[in-house]
Amino acid sequence: MRKALPAFIPFVIVVVALESLVRAGWIKAFLVPPPSAVFETLIHDWRELFGALAKTSVGALAGFALSAVGGIAIGVFLSSSSAIRQAFYPYAVFFQTVPIIAIAPLLVIWFGYGMRTVVASAFIVSIFPVIANTLTGILSTDPALRDLFILYGASPSATLWRLRFPAALPQILTGLRIAGGLAVIGAIVGEFIGGQGLGSVVDVARTQQRTDKVFAAVLLASLLGLALFGFINLLSRVALRRWHVSEQN
Amino acid sequence: MIPRPRINPISGAEQVPGNEAGGVRVALDKVRRAFGELVVVADFSLSITTGEFLAILGPSGCGKSTLLRLVAGLTAPDSGHIGITPDDTRFHTAFVFQDAHLLPWRTVLENVALPLELMGIGVTERLGRASAALDEVGLREAESRYPAQLSGGMRMRVSLARALVTRPRLLLLDEPFAALDEITRFRLDARLRELWLERGMTVIFVTHSITEAAFLANRAVVLTRKGCGIKLDRRLELPQVRDNEMRAMPEFASEMQGLLAAMEEED
Ligand SMILES: Nc1ncnc2c1ncn2[C@@H]1O[C@H](COP(=O)(O)OP(=O)(O)OP(=O)(O)O)[C@@H](O)[C@H]1O
Ligand SMILES: [Mg+2]
Repeated sequence: MRKALPAFIPFVIVVVALESLVRAGWIKAFLVPPPSAVFETLIHDWRELFGALAKTSVGALAGFALSAVGGIAIGVFLSSSSAIRQAFYPYAVFFQTVPIIAIAPLLVIWFGYGMRTVVASAFIVSIFPVIANTLTGILSTDPALRDLFILYGASPSATLWRLRFPAALPQILTGLRIAGGLAVIGAIVGEFIGGQGLGSVVDVARTQQRTDKVFAAVLLASLLGLALFGFINLLSRVALRRWHVSEQN
Repeated sequence: MIPRPRINPISGAEQVPGNEAGGVRVALDKVRRAFGELVVVADFSLSITTGEFLAILGPSGCGKSTLLRLVAGLTAPDSGHIGITPDDTRFHTAFVFQDAHLLPWRTVLENVALPLELMGIGVTERLGRASAALDEVGLREAESRYPAQLSGGMRMRVSLARALVTRPRLLLLDEPFAALDEITRFRLDARLRELWLERGMTVIFVTHSITEAAFLANRAVVLTRKGCGIKLDRRLELPQVRDNEMRAMPEFASEMQGLLAAMEEED
């Protein structure tokens, strides 16, 4: 908790500054709502907002989980030979460059309005960093250790599971950390089109000129991203505790 | 514990009866290895007898590591031949690198047991043998720790135990103690020499240190800067059993002098 304290200071400063600037009339309230109004909206519309947050959470988490499992599996598959890499990696890169906003309407056609489109959008946006980090991690295994495994006649699968995969773990977790943030963004984009959750709240509030509500929804989405990030950090602490075991003593 | 073969320290290790590990003979015949245009090893021939402790000295980048990797079978020669007899070396060659290269997610004991695990030996036996190997390097009490909790010297000892655990007949070491402080290095040198006397394995030890080469080896080879030419191939006339007192002996100084002269000589 004490470590999180410094991060609150800029937040408080910005909130106080915004509030004063809007009250003093330097910033128009319909462009940027005063923080107090956002806070009021959070309380007043809490049922709608938190219901939306729950939906977005489910969509983002499901998309993230699919990315984690699929991305690691694809990364491991791509690492198995350079021929496979040459054949398939360009498609993985292509997948990443697809602008999600442009294909989101397609997703609605394929998956209909609702959760499935949201999950698909979160998945598409967040899978690439998992693939790329898994692949790089596995390929950058210490050559001396690879030699050691060759010397003792280890099979390719023994080398993968006893050396390359565990050695890649820190990098895989880095990929997951990036994917977590992207999954939230992907879910919100999916919701813009697929019509539910915080994305839909933002979309509707925008047309009603309710910037306070837009900000409240954005705030909740950011908190969701932060929570996911924190969760993955915790996960990597546990998974990597032996790497840095000396720090605990 | 595995019984250690008794040896006569004067006659050398190779005559040990019933020594289940023993050594191998290594014969390199006109071995050549190039990386693209760069010929690192050119027509290299050297014969190493069973149970010999050979030190290889040479300037940085002259191809010492490449030579060791060729002997280990980790890279193939472009031409020439490398013969190892007896030829059942698949599980009988061990390699120690300049850094310990341990698996950070495994305990010390599991790290040492790794070669046996890869060879398909059951868990009870391999952990027992790993424990015994740790005993040999004086690290039994650290067996449940993780590499991140060890000092550099301890990590290197774990790495040595991991190499010894398979009872190799051929032990290849590539500047293994170069990163350690001198006292630790002297201790590990002395221990390695003892282990060699006990086991009678063939050892090839690459080093930059003339002192270390003279202390450890029975034979020293000095290489030229280019193409792995042999500048000096010399049998070191020093006692079989060596300790730090030997470092002050005039014979030791004169062997070092000889090696130094060869190192300084222009190719
Ligand atoms: N896999 C490789 N591909 C290309 N060049 C290589 C490769 N391995 C070694 N070399 C080159 O071969 C030469 C000899 O390298 P090597 O590592 O065997 O030298 P070394 O004597 O062990 O040096 P050092 O004392 O610095 O460890 C160097 O010029 C190096 O750049
Ligand atoms: Mg080298």
